[in-house]
Amino acid sequence: MAATSVIYRRELGAYLRSPWSWVIVSATLVLSGILLWAYAMKGELLSAIVLERFFFTTSLCVGVAAGVLSFRLVAEDRANGSLVLLNTSPVRETSIILGKYLAALTFLVITVALTAYIPLLIKLAGKVTISQILVGCVGLLLFAGTVLAIGVFASALAPNQVIAAVITGAIALGMGQFYQLAGALDEPVRGVFMDLDLWMIHFQQGAGRGVIHLKDVVYYAAVSYFFLLLAVKTLEAKRWQ
Amino acid sequence: MIRATNLTKFYGGKRALGPISFEIEDGETVGFLGLNGAGKTTALRILACDLRPSAGSIEVGGADVVSAPHEVRKRIGFLPENPPLYMDMPVDDYLIFAGELRGMDRGAIKRRLPEVLDVTDLTSVASDAIGTLSHGYRQRVGVAQAIIHKPKFLIFDEPTRGLDPVQIVEMRNLIHDLKQNHTVLISSHILTEISQTCDRLLVLGQGQLLGSGTESELAIRESKIMQITVTVRTPPATDSGNPTAFVTKVLETVDGVTEVSPPFATLDSMTFSLATSSDARAAVTRAIVEAKLDLLKLDYARSELENTFIRIVGGHHGGN
Repeated sequence: MAATSVIYRRELGAYLRSPWSWVIVSATLVLSGILLWAYAMKGELLSAIVLERFFFTTSLCVGVAAGVLSFRLVAEDRANGSLVLLNTSPVRETSIILGKYLAALTFLVITVALTAYIPLLIKLAGKVTISQILVGCVGLLLFAGTVLAIGVFASALAPNQVIAAVITGAIALGMGQFYQLAGALDEPVRGVFMDLDLWMIHFQQGAGRGVIHLKDVVYYAAVSYFFLLLAVKTLEAKRWQ
Repeated sequence: MIRATNLTKFYGGKRALGPISFEIEDGETVGFLGLNGAGKTTALRILACDLRPSAGSIEVGGADVVSAPHEVRKRIGFLPENPPLYMDMPVDDYLIFAGELRGMDRGAIKRRLPEVLDVTDLTSVASDAIGTLSHGYRQRVGVAQAIIHKPKFLIFDEPTRGLDPVQIVEMRNLIHDLKQNHTVLISSHILTEISQTCDRLLVLGQGQLLGSGTESELAIRESKIMQITVTVRTPPATDSGNPTAFVTKVLETVDGVTEVSPPFATLDSMTFSLATSSDARAAVTRAIVEAKLDLLKLDYARSELENTFIRIVGGHHGGN
């Protein structure tokens, strides 16, 4: 646990020091604002609908930001040689992955918190509750945290950040299309794909509408755990290559 | 002590190292010498627990790199070919991070840090970001992270790579200082670096251990020819006839001397160059003293390390 904390502090410091991280945050804020204006502010709508659309557009922006933030986590260390310091220290692979993941997740929390001014404005001008906003933000973090876990796995697997980006995009977009795919299938396979969908089922039809289901929390926790475990095993396996 | 037994490493189906066996005693400074692709870096990475061996075993201070890697990692400090640096971090923060990774508490690191910065001559740049430092300083930061936790064993892979001549001398001096308190393993293909720094050499070629010993031992083992240069005071002509012929005859009768070249003569001395098939220095000295000649100087021209190295690896490098 001590090693996890040491790695967490270093990685979080790296995010906070890096201008690129703040460029990603800025881009997320700008894009979510533009998309809100272009998609959610058309015509006269109920404030609850505007909030739902805000979470719809912002989840896409934060999901992309999570992917971009994750590429560097292991692949950059491997490319510039600093992974050797971690590999030759008495630190378990689990601590390396967990420390890096939690640091990126913390930075994502900062990013989501910075977008919160929009739902607060919606609350001021409309009739949404603070609970709806909080549930939406928690849902955003669960969804983005899962994309982050996919990115950490891709980063551990790939030799460089470009390939990590491609792998992350392929997995996240693929899992985000399960809902569409399920529409073309019959039961019981249809149900399986619906349950495995990354975005529409577990976010947009849940936390995105101000309702958080336990099954959604379990789903995101399980998928995150699965990909983080894969990342740990990938790091271990690389030593045998 | 480091003990490797039948150490082997495959990358996919390609054998990169071994099987090789060697032992390194505590306090020794040992050089891994070999051409590029000889297996030096692979051997050092296995020792540092960065890679796992495909077969064989290796113990570092009694701990096995496969079954107890964390124990090994606590005992070693590793400087890879490219120092494992975070360019965005200040030097002191980075060294604190490296110390914490090795299990040191912050108090112990704070007490140790000034000493490490002093030894590596980094005090003046301690608060600078590593990315702003020159290559030489970055290499020093790499050494500093390797010694921050006072490891028993230091493993340096090509420590002078990319350094300018002044920085090479500084790095060599730094390694000399570290030899006092650590067992040091260095890999290099820069022969002068190895010969000036190490007590013993392990010569690798195509993953195999081709030779082991001191530079002289390797030279003697590989080439039975040594050049001895001997200077004697020119004897009076009345005592021994022709002085040059007399001394030449004395030297030619020594066991192991195969050739005596014509001397270089000054007013009162003659210098002969002898080719020998073994280390004949003692026998030559005895013969000169027994012939009642005054020995002014005796030296032996060791076989150059480069020549020895090329001879050793020559037959194992695909004819190159």
